[in-house]
Amino acid sequence: MKTMTIRKKHTLGVMLIGFVTLATLTSCNTDETQTVATFDNLVLEDNFDVDGFIDTEIWNFDIGDGTAQGIPGWGNNELQYYTDRPDNAAVENGFLLITAKQEAFNGAQYTSARLQTKNKFQQLYGRFEARIRLPYGQGMWPAFWLLGDDSDGSVWPQIGEIDIMENVGDEPTQIFGTVHGPGYSGAESVSKSYTLENTRVDTEFHVYGIEWGPNYINYYIDDVLYNQITPEDIEEETNGEGEWVFNDRPFYIILNVAVGGNLPGPPNAETEFPQTMLVDYVRVYQQ
Amino acid sequence: MKKVNNIYKALTVICSASLILGCERGLSEEVEFASFPNNGDIFTDAPVGLTDEFFISFDPAAGANTEGFGTDDNVAFEGRSSIRIDVPSPNDPNGNFIGGIFLDRGDGRDLSGFDALTFWAKGSTTAAVGLVGFGNDFEENKFSVGQSNIQLSTDWRKYTIPIPDPSKLIQERGLFAFSAGGLDVVDTVPNGNEIGFTFWIDELRFEKLGTVAQPRPRIFGGANLTEQAFTGSTILVSGLSQTFNLEDGSNSTVGLAPSYFDFESSNLDVAIVNELGEITIIGEGTATITAQLAGVLAEGSLEISTSGGLDPAPTPMQPQANVLSVFSDAYTNVVTPNFTPGFGGSTTEASVSSNGGDEFVTYANNNFTGILFDDNPIDASAMQFMHVDIYVQEASTSSIEFQIRDIGANQTINTNVNNGFPELDDVDFRFTATGLTPGQWTSFEIPLSGDLATQKNNLGAIILVGGPDFILDNIYFYSN
Repeated sequence: MKTMTIRKKHTLGVMLIGFVTLATLTSCNTDETQTVATFDNLVLEDNFDVDGFIDTEIWNFDIGDGTAQGIPGWGNNELQYYTDRPDNAAVENGFLLITAKQEAFNGAQYTSARLQTKNKFQQLYGRFEARIRLPYGQGMWPAFWLLGDDSDGSVWPQIGEIDIMENVGDEPTQIFGTVHGPGYSGAESVSKSYTLENTRVDTEFHVYGIEWGPNYINYYIDDVLYNQITPEDIEEETNGEGEWVFNDRPFYIILNVAVGGNLPGPPNAETEFPQTMLVDYVRVYQQ
Repeated sequence: MKKVNNIYKALTVICSASLILGCERGLSEEVEFASFPNNGDIFTDAPVGLTDEFFISFDPAAGANTEGFGTDDNVAFEGRSSIRIDVPSPNDPNGNFIGGIFLDRGDGRDLSGFDALTFWAKGSTTAAVGLVGFGNDFEENKFSVGQSNIQLSTDWRKYTIPIPDPSKLIQERGLFAFSAGGLDVVDTVPNGNEIGFTFWIDELRFEKLGTVAQPRPRIFGGANLTEQAFTGSTILVSGLSQTFNLEDGSNSTVGLAPSYFDFESSNLDVAIVNELGEITIIGEGTATITAQLAGVLAEGSLEISTSGGLDPAPTPMQPQANVLSVFSDAYTNVVTPNFTPGFGGSTTEASVSSNGGDEFVTYANNNFTGILFDDNPIDASAMQFMHVDIYVQEASTSSIEFQIRDIGANQTINTNVNNGFPELDDVDFRFTATGLTPGQWTSFEIPLSGDLATQKNNLGAIILVGGPDFILDNIYFYSN
């Protein structure tokens, strides 16, 4: 999310089919060998139950177009200016509403919001999940993701990035989960998409989550576990160049709706504004 | 009437019984609603639940070709057979287009559990099919839906026609409709140079996709219009559409019948509107017409202001034998003019209204538009004048230009896109109507002179340029 992400195409398909077949014949299914801890100790919960109140004990706002942070366009040529106005971020009827609007604002053509928990809630490992209904339309780029703590002076991608859920608004049945780290960041990140059948991300709420422990991150949507990423996957995907950076620091949570940028491309004439991402809850568990 | 009363009484008894029992159910357990088959399949390898002759063509007298429809056992997306449609060329003696409907064999089907009509299709070439849809039963066509210009590929491709509001379709007989004409690779004008092609349809059915979403209904094309109207007149809600976002992220817009909408007037003392979208002006004041579709407010509205009735235009005095009429209730009209040609760049709003049965056509925001009858040109060789009555409500310094157009032997409107003048075999005569007095009708007798003096056997259009908001009536050609 922080810099350009291009989902991996299955260009190695033919070669991989050989691999997979072999693997199936000679080893157990991933499901049988994977480590799964049970995270049932609830340590953070925001149900957004108080109208008009965003809990600043938990959430910070990122403001602006990224210039102040040294990454104009938030590193991806995104088009929105983030604000903390109720127009862009509000709690109503039990939901957090992050709303992307088309309006001239401080030199940008769009406004939106980005909330994060840096230095307020950070955790190594656990189950992170949120129940979300996404916006739709060309140019929408909503995300629920984690960044590693950088208080030791480390910079991205060394700090690591776990994108629990991303979507581009012109693909209303598809989400993807991604990790970025040294040797596999931006366009080279390690990612997998999941396509919903007979439902969409913008008409229904879905639970997006990860279960993250030492040497693994499991991705799920609702009750479907659709990917596991381990240091072996990183090694394989990066020819041994990538470094697993998800065992050594706490991460914080980010919720945002970007507009335009390298991944989704800009909105077009058919994109309807405003567009709102509704978050029913955010919950984090420990073991 | 008696029967209705009986049903009403029966219902009253049932309701009273419920009240006495004090139960929370709205209806007795005895109540059973009639229900109809909910099978979504229309054609798989054979027609499903359709009439034996399941294709009913549009009227051959209007040019519909009934020879080109059949099934093909050599081509199929799935299974062993598909529907094959041979689209004729314009000079085909059996008709120059093909189209019709698939009608349910029984009393109709309950389609309320589906959200789209889907099918697979491919073409012999990359032509477009002019219209596909459903809801046409050749009776009321009450819940008609159509999507224009479906682009074919030469390989099988899946098409999705969303249902604007499935809850309306509890007894639908019109399961499919299509219309197709030849492919034009030379220009975009239907002028006889099109070529025939073939397309196939397979796995035609209603489906519950679960991904038809984000409805955006529109009336009046999504515009908020204002119109001066007259007591006693009627106006039809136009520009109806429904747009959905589909599974692949694309938007799909269909045209649809007014009965899908719930129309509302903000002031029932001024205007009322029925389920067919007919607005009737009944009193002085202002009313705004809006609509909802399945609970979603439609974009677009019409604000009607009325300050009384419109005096009828002067009754024409020419004998019928001397007249070729375009638009008049005093004569038998020889054409069915198109008042909304949709010229690119036109801002004009035109609508035909009726004042106690006397029709007139109202124009607002006119920059340029036309009254077209190019599909059936008028041979005015024996005529000398064009008559038109014009009414304006407010004083204005701007004038209205009439360009009476002969469209020539090719019977096609040929206009230079740069200067707007006729070209190729077209000629016109231009007349500027001035001296319009607010609040009354002014009659004009425009001579068919200039270039029309020697060429007026294919009159096909009257182009209207500029002017204040105005009303026209009694448009006809005549000789003294």
